Amino acid sequence: MSKAVPVPPATKWLEPQVLTGAQASAHAMRQAGVEVFPVYPITPQTPIIETFSGFVADGKTDAVLLQVESEHSAMSAAVASALGGARTMTATASQGLAFMVEVIHQAAGMRAPIVMVVGNRALAAPISIHCDYSDSMLARDSGVVQIYSEDAQEAYNLTVMAPRIAEHPDVLLPVMVCMDGFTITHSAEVVSLLPDADVADFVGPYELANAMLTAGQATTRGVFTMPDHFFTLHNRMTAATETAATVYDEVARDFERRFGSYLGPVEAYRMEDAERAIVMMGAASGTVKEVIDEMRDAGERVGLVVVRLFRPFPRAALIQAIGQTPHVAVLDRASSPGTYPPLFVDAFATLLGAGDIRCYLYGIGGYDLKPQTVRSVYEELKGPRHEYIRYLGPSEED
Amino acid sequence: MANETVKRPVFRPGGVVLPTDAPSPRTGSWRSVEKPAADIALCVNCLLCWAHCPDSAVVQSEGVFKGFDFDYCKGCGVCAEVCPTDALRMVPEEMDLMPGGFLPGTGGAHVE
Amino acid sequence: MASLKTLARNEEEQPRFRSGHSMCAGCGMGAAARTVLNSIPGPVVVVGTSGCFEVTATRFPFTAWGVPWIHVAFENAAALASGLEASYLALKHRGRIPDEPVTFVVFAGDGGTYDIGLQSLSGALERGHHFLYVCLDNEAYMNTGVQRSGATPFAANTQTSPVGSRGRGKQEQRKDITGIVVAHRVPYVGQCSTSHLHDLSSKVERAVAVDGPSFLNVLTSCPTGWGHTTGDSVRVARLAVETRFWPLYEVVEGHWRLTHEPAHPAPLQEWLELQKRFSHLHGSRNVDLVKEFQRQIDEEWQELKRRTAADAAWFAERAGVTA
Repeated sequence: MSKAVPVPPATKWLEPQVLTGAQASAHAMRQAGVEVFPVYPITPQTPIIETFSGFVADGKTDAVLLQVESEHSAMSAAVASALGGARTMTATASQGLAFMVEVIHQAAGMRAPIVMVVGNRALAAPISIHCDYSDSMLARDSGVVQIYSEDAQEAYNLTVMAPRIAEHPDVLLPVMVCMDGFTITHSAEVVSLLPDADVADFVGPYELANAMLTAGQATTRGVFTMPDHFFTLHNRMTAATETAATVYDEVARDFERRFGSYLGPVEAYRMEDAERAIVMMGAASGTVKEVIDEMRDAGERVGLVVVRLFRPFPRAALIQAIGQTPHVAVLDRASSPGTYPPLFVDAFATLLGAGDIRCYLYGIGGYDLKPQTVRSVYEELKGPRHEYIRYLGPSEED
Repeated sequence: MANETVKRPVFRPGGVVLPTDAPSPRTGSWRSVEKPAADIALCVNCLLCWAHCPDSAVVQSEGVFKGFDFDYCKGCGVCAEVCPTDALRMVPEEMDLMPGGFLPGTGGAHVE
Repeated sequence: MASLKTLARNEEEQPRFRSGHSMCAGCGMGAAARTVLNSIPGPVVVVGTSGCFEVTATRFPFTAWGVPWIHVAFENAAALASGLEASYLALKHRGRIPDEPVTFVVFAGDGGTYDIGLQSLSGALERGHHFLYVCLDNEAYMNTGVQRSGATPFAANTQTSPVGSRGRGKQEQRKDITGIVVAHRVPYVGQCSTSHLHDLSSKVERAVAVDGPSFLNVLTSCPTGWGHTTGDSVRVARLAVETRFWPLYEVVEGHWRLTHEPAHPAPLQEWLELQKRFSHLHGSRNVDLVKEFQRQIDEEWQELKRRTAADAAWFAERAGVTA
């Protein structure tokens, strides 16, 4: 069970209902006051835009829905709309995200505060419609903020939080809220929503300085630079990505104050005296938590650190959560062929390679992470360290 | 190309630029061979030169041809080619002209 | 139809595009863009594509733009315009901007229109956004050093369709972008030239008056890429029109009309001779290519004449509305 489940003051939340992650995030986008929403369908994001389109059709939102002809155009329209002066959000996955990568980098460089909801899905080839993080990893070096949800409730809470992070004057970057394709997007869970007015009050109005249509003077955006100016502007963007860590904290604490649920940059699960820990992101951490509970009942000191904020990477929070835990397994759900995968690289570098930190790849192309596999990881952590990467997938003979 | 030396530029998020941020580079420095010159007696204020100049370097005021802005004129010669009355011609760069680019002895800019 | 004096007064009041840019001397785009901008009443917001027009006008920290301008990538100007229009509607709806018209204008090159930008253009036209899309067509990827595009004329020598011991220039006929745009059933389409600025200005006025997308394809000469002298910039564009290679016409709600008919069509060779990109066609060289080029021009002209004749009655009925 994730920390997203409301605790007092629970009276603010509406009665729990059965919603998929896609539906919950569509509600969050509606409530957070999206004004322009360019959409292009791709599995497993489609229920997000379909739910939202239903809101438009029933007059529950007066957002302008822009049914563009490709994801590249969706992100392009989003950049123009956000910089024009309207709160803008979009959603995509997999090949769609890949198609818009050029514009994601441009959005970050042009400092466009866009909320992007991603239903994580593996990149082709071969074609897969199932979850891994290869798609969002395409944007990990762009400067955008990336947050990974564990379940539908987290997807909702984080999407509500996202515009405040994106639009903060010291950030002004796209914020990508990621959720496992199908596992979160399509699975129905018990989810509590907040009342419209509370979300509207939490998020506030969209106020972008020097927006194209509201600045009252001519603004030029999307300029050509020579090396010295590019370097300076790029540094300012990366500084903003770093600042997003502080802003994330502020927004998460404000969300906790108002609504009683805290979703920190990492979540330490039963780490207090853990001897063996897993570090991972996303929905499969729910499975790991269940295995931990069983193993703890049997006296095994195992724990989990869920990385929620992936960009900017939560270095201090990870170091604190790991503490003195001697044996750590990092489970990646995206590969980087020819070398170590991304979460491992960031975690290893952050922990300065101190101690026994091992690299695993799981869930590629949606391959399920089974409880017995999780147990076997914890078992292996008792023994000698393997070399390089260990793959938690089907054997060649299967 | 000789640019104005600019003070340290204003860096706004995303590199947003305002028109007042930096002076326009004086592209008149591109010229080396020839420049336009006007014989005001032949000018009928059709403003075709003004319209066709790629660099907005033909000066007019209230529909009256006033000469050239040599700070920005690149010497392309389009104005001379489009002039329907042969009032404009290209002359060597070093030739002395009256202020605004008028041929000596032809009367200078239109008087109001 | 606005006179040049009116356009001049407009520019005096608000110089929307200013001096100091680094377009080549004699570039045809400067006059075309200024004419378009000075012909539009009311506030204007401009969208650009990557290319000569973008790079030369916005080298940080300089900008030639006196109106709001945005550029993001090569292929997405029409998508940007769509997003801006949506933003405008959202802001108006919420009272964050006054309820007054704003004209969204795209300036795109031929690369960003005929080729890489075709998808986003098609999408924006199909959705019916209220914007004016102006293609500044210099007939190749000029900013990257003169490589062929779908707009490059038949037989033209470019860096990727070069003339050599085997190569004889571009072997494909120029893409009929206007036909593609007309097929989207948009209210107004025009083909224009930087040599005929009154014609261009009139078409801009008609274009921005429609309720929906409008498209203008403006031939803009390029001394660097076409290989003519800078002073010949307008003459070359004029001859392109007079040879009937680049007819001036408009399509109003799907009905075709010539806006200029050359009284005495100029010989093709007169136009080819001015341009080094056609030097392998000069004199009596590669006669078969010249013949094929002429055949294409004649065929397209005949088709244009057929359409304009068929639609003459429609315009006659509306006489007075489209003056």
